[in-house]
Amino acid sequence: MARNTPIASERKPANGGAEKSYFKRLAGQWDIQLMVVPALLLIIVFQYIPMYGVLLGFQDYSLFKGFLDSPWVGLKHFEAFFNDPDFNRVIRNTIVISFLKFFIGFPAPIILALMLNEVSKLAFKRVIQTVSYLPHFMSWVIVAGMVSSMLSTDNGSINMLLQQLNLIDEPISFLSLPEYFWSILVVTDVWKSIGFGSIIYLAAIAGVNPQMYEAAAIDGASKFKMTYLITIPSIMPVIIIFMILAIGNLLSAGFEDILLLANAGIREVSDVIDVYVYRIGIENQRFSYATAIGLFKAIISVALLTIANFAARKSGNSLW
Amino acid sequence: MYGAIYISLCVLGFATFYPFWNSAVISFNNGMDTALGGVTFWPRDFTLDNYHIVFKDKRIVDGFIISILRTIAGTFLSIMSTAIFAYGMSKKELMHKKFYMVVCIITMYFSGGLIPYFLLIRELGMMDTFWVMVIPGMISVWNMIIFRTFFQGLPDGLEESAKMDGCNNWGVLFRIALPLSGPVIATLSLFTAVYHWNDWFAPSIFINNPELLPIQTKLQQILNSNIMSEQLSQMNSAANAAMSRMKSNITTKSLSMATMMVATIPIVLVYPFVQKYFVKGVLIGSLKE
Repeated sequence: MARNTPIASERKPANGGAEKSYFKRLAGQWDIQLMVVPALLLIIVFQYIPMYGVLLGFQDYSLFKGFLDSPWVGLKHFEAFFNDPDFNRVIRNTIVISFLKFFIGFPAPIILALMLNEVSKLAFKRVIQTVSYLPHFMSWVIVAGMVSSMLSTDNGSINMLLQQLNLIDEPISFLSLPEYFWSILVVTDVWKSIGFGSIIYLAAIAGVNPQMYEAAAIDGASKFKMTYLITIPSIMPVIIIFMILAIGNLLSAGFEDILLLANAGIREVSDVIDVYVYRIGIENQRFSYATAIGLFKAIISVALLTIANFAARKSGNSLW
Repeated sequence: MYGAIYISLCVLGFATFYPFWNSAVISFNNGMDTALGGVTFWPRDFTLDNYHIVFKDKRIVDGFIISILRTIAGTFLSIMSTAIFAYGMSKKELMHKKFYMVVCIITMYFSGGLIPYFLLIRELGMMDTFWVMVIPGMISVWNMIIFRTFFQGLPDGLEESAKMDGCNNWGVLFRIALPLSGPVIATLSLFTAVYHWNDWFAPSIFINNPELLPIQTKLQQILNSNIMSEQLSQMNSAANAAMSRMKSNITTKSLSMATMMVATIPIVLVYPFVQKYFVKGVLIGSLKE
């Protein structure tokens, strides 16, 4: 019986060279495969195995029994979470903090970039840039240490300033009071990230065709109009990409910063999903429950990211 | 209009810099004097005592050394292994290239979460080891992509002439590709080093042995106990506050600030010289979208 289509090993290779079987070819490039395979193994061990670990959320995992022998409980932990009295405040805090950080923290670097762009004295610009990038490179421990030093009742600078201006009589214990926490968190976050975040926007702004500005100037446009009608639309692709990522991260309202700045007294306002998972899972060792919560968050985040990307695709700028 | 911009930028610059300056000032001030209050822009009672104490404290010195070791080992291993990985991935003839790439990209969007990762480290017996701070994060997909793009941009002629001289792929990698990627290596190494130096969280959950803790984690423990003491003292009366301070052996504010400075000085000192690499690095990363 004649074959019409050649089998793989009989097909003429595209390079017109000697015919080689799959295994021969693979063996032939063992040296570059060797460059790649160990790294992939590391990725599989440290990134993919934990991905399978999310299955713990469907078990009653016990350290003693291990993964294979722990009983399967289906959606029990998810139901427990939704009915947990903590659920409302954790979700509320996560969304509120996330929104606050987004509406204040997202435009801030853009505005800084726009302002820096208007500065003509190069030396001044460089100084401000250098100073503003610095907080990004400090660890959150350092930043939290500085924040609690500035806000302390024991002659912290902020309390001293407010007392000097006669706005308050007694020092305020900012970090112990729930009503200040969200503000402290957002201000600190902006402080730490505004400088470094402005780098990309500054680069994008620098890439705008100067002729557009010249044409607008001839037409008599004011600086405001130029910013509004030329600069911002020109950097819109960059803004949209970052906005998609920000929406995908909506449920990640912070972690290290909250862990360090919050304390047991203000959990009512400081508990967000990631912090809650940490405390329940690592400190209280309720592994399965915490994993289930984490998985819930991951699923919602992927959904948000996909929706945001889909919506952005319509405007022509998207991640994929 | 311009005036408003200049003023706002000045305010921003000041607000950004002041907390750091204030902490430094307090660290150079006598601890007892600081407790009296009111130290802001300049030390009132200048002293190097706090730093003497800090550098003599074995726990701090140990933490500093561990941080240095971790940063050097972690950065070197990560950059080297990622660069080798990326070079392999940049070769057109690599079989299953697309599959490997997909494996990598997925990890940029999905992750197992903290708890499975924690349990895995436990299972692997990596708790309470130095290597738990270095090995798991060794391969950075992001950096691999940056390296790979760079390697793909190198002219084919270089590789061909090297191979005619008898070099194999590994030879080309180490003798040609890596030497040429100096700026990329420098930039990515800086970012990686900063990450390693500043990471306090992973050691805090994976390591219990105090001799293995890096300085950021130790600092976090010191500051944490300070905060708790301060809150306890606020809840009681002033007399109780003084008592609880003496009882709990609190680190004075000046001492805490000196420890903080020690934990961040390496970054601050190196920063002005390498700032331009950082800026370039951000742009390299973003253009690869």
